[in-house]
Amino acid sequence: MKQAQALTITNAQLVTPEGIVPGALRCADGVILALGADVGPEEGDEVVNARGKLLAPGIVDLGVFAVDKPAFHFGGITRAALMPDQSPPLDLPSRVGFIAKSGKPDLWVHPLAAATRGLEGRELAELALMQEAGAKAVATGRRWIADSGVMLRLLQYAAMLGLVVVTHAEDGGLAGEASATAGEIATRLGLPAAPAEAEALAIARDIALAELAGARLHIRQVTTARGFALVREAKARGLAVTCGITPAHFMLSDLATVDFRTFARLSPPLRAEADRQAALAAIADGTVDVIASGHDPRGPEDKRLPFADALPGMAGAETLLAMTLGLVRDGVIDIPRAFALLSANPAKLLGAPAGILAAGLEADLALIDPDAPWIIDRRKMEATADNTPFDRQGTQGRVLGLWKGGVRLGAGA
Amino acid sequence: MSTKGMALMTSTSSRAPEGRFPPGRLAFPHRDLTGIGKLARHEILYLLDQAQQWVALNRQSAKHTDLLAGLTIINAFFENSTRTLLSFEIAGKRLGADVVNMHAATSSVKKGETLIDTAITLNAMRADAIVIRHGSSGATGLIADKVDCPVLNAGDGQHEHPTQALLDALTLRHALAERGEGAEDFTGLTVTICGDILHSRVARSNILCLTALGAKVRVCAPPALMPAGVEAMGLEVFHNFDAALDGAEVVMMLRLQSERMSGQFIPSPREYRHLYGLTTKRLALARPDALVMHPGPMNRGVEIDSEVADMAGRSLITRQVEMGVAIRMACLDVLTREARGVEGWA
Repeated sequence: MKQAQALTITNAQLVTPEGIVPGALRCADGVILALGADVGPEEGDEVVNARGKLLAPGIVDLGVFAVDKPAFHFGGITRAALMPDQSPPLDLPSRVGFIAKSGKPDLWVHPLAAATRGLEGRELAELALMQEAGAKAVATGRRWIADSGVMLRLLQYAAMLGLVVVTHAEDGGLAGEASATAGEIATRLGLPAAPAEAEALAIARDIALAELAGARLHIRQVTTARGFALVREAKARGLAVTCGITPAHFMLSDLATVDFRTFARLSPPLRAEADRQAALAAIADGTVDVIASGHDPRGPEDKRLPFADALPGMAGAETLLAMTLGLVRDGVIDIPRAFALLSANPAKLLGAPAGILAAGLEADLALIDPDAPWIIDRRKMEATADNTPFDRQGTQGRVLGLWKGGVRLGAGA
Repeated sequence: MSTKGMALMTSTSSRAPEGRFPPGRLAFPHRDLTGIGKLARHEILYLLDQAQQWVALNRQSAKHTDLLAGLTIINAFFENSTRTLLSFEIAGKRLGADVVNMHAATSSVKKGETLIDTAITLNAMRADAIVIRHGSSGATGLIADKVDCPVLNAGDGQHEHPTQALLDALTLRHALAERGEGAEDFTGLTVTICGDILHSRVARSNILCLTALGAKVRVCAPPALMPAGVEAMGLEVFHNFDAALDGAEVVMMLRLQSERMSGQFIPSPREYRHLYGLTTKRLALARPDALVMHPGPMNRGVEIDSEVADMAGRSLITRQVEMGVAIRMACLDVLTREARGVEGWA
């Protein structure tokens, strides 16, 4: 769907990297033309009055496991980078090409190419052909690549192609079949557990190999104090290392798993409270680059099981924005930084011409009331499954309107 | 004749001993027995007291009462078991209930039926109590949420095995009373638990039960078999068995699974015996009259030597089996009181 008529959103609080600017934004042919205090509608424009609410770039959700449009639109997500862990995995150019077109016109899906065939961590997949077919980055999938030789060759190859490698940081030997972080909670529950150091080990190795290869490394989820320290140190040395987190790991600790609540069974598992505090500090000091939903809707057949037998993952697309705005209310970050984490940084990693309100970029826009209160209720969710660990929690921040390429979307209004 | 005695027992079982516990249901307000972690000290003591009458009954030649006549108890065992299953079956039958055993090996679980579906099926058959053993931690609680009758945990993964901890406490209570050291609980008693603490639900339930009753608990295992953060459960951690035995009044040995002795956790059985085997020589490091326990089945010559396991007056291992039936009778009695319409419980 092409934008038929130019659009001007007036009376908005425009969220820009430099700060919040009162004014209007004008777009046509799917592209932002101008924004600021001195911008106004021209003749023939469709005019929307924002009534003083926030106008922000649409969220770019880096690393989802399912394309779930209603949930994405509810949550203000206009672009989603899909993990290669599909059935079958995204390890062939044809599959990547199909996925790249699958969301249009009202959602851009950016496929992440499987780093290795079948995501088995052994043989490199056809990365260049998948890039040609529309892959914006490469991902190791839900697991890390155990063989350091394979990982080095992957990083070298991706560096040559200019693709970011998105990794999962858990040492497979240590993590094994664990479903919890080693500590008092896992011990009391009798859950198979792995030490939190499984993450630091994986990060340390991957940073060393990325430095050797001169590759760009994005660690999709960092969740431990030691992990953040390693990323912080790598950034200080000027390496092209970035990292992300999902709201579960900065909102919850392993306390949420008592009574064997499988909606809190995640990968990596929820950590100790000290690690959660370290996550908040890392978000505040700039160590964290991306907040993503990790959207992984799972029905009762995957979740209504004993904890260790349940599959990990949570439906996070609908709560991503509200949880991130919670960080603003708690004084951890400000609103421009929130949208750097949600939109600008992930768009930059993917090389997508979006994620910032700026002339020349795509008009992916979210009109947001950051204070609107609501209660997360799994029975009322838009997602294909209701597995949220935040059920019945009160929160604030709702999407009032969403535009993809200047075209208003029905949902999320 | 014994029927008269039975009638007397039936009436005593519906009433808590005067003064010690709150009246009726308040003495044990739980519908299920999923773990010791959910019980308060006085609730544990209540179950131990209630088991006393069944110890007496089980020592008679006619070991039967019709207390639970007409009730159906299903023992759903998703994991292999001989002694626990037998113990629950005998307990149910001695109370006059109809007892049915479901073995996972011969059930539709193997055909892909989910645990919840199995629970719903058992519920539809109108069981009056379901006893569950399952290989996953938390499985019993999951089933308890889906059925209308009391659920008893007979071991869930590495989480809990509450009736084992209760029977161990009952065994200890008897043994201490015989020595003239009997008290209401185990305040000040030093108990050393040695073996695979990491994978043991028996260890977790016993740690919770013994500490709730005031005992000083020591756990001993090689680092790879010791769970992280276990010291937060209010105990002392040892890796050296000799040090852990020093002055101990009770030594509780755990079974080491043979698959953990083939290089993954322990280089070999004989190396395990060298470090953690309870020999007569080692037992001498504990208090001179220290008691020895083992939940069974034993690996004789590995974690425990035969001379120790069979030591008259010191080894409580066969006594544990005896108390197991009594404690399970008490649990089945208490948990079915509401359904049976017992005064003060319905």
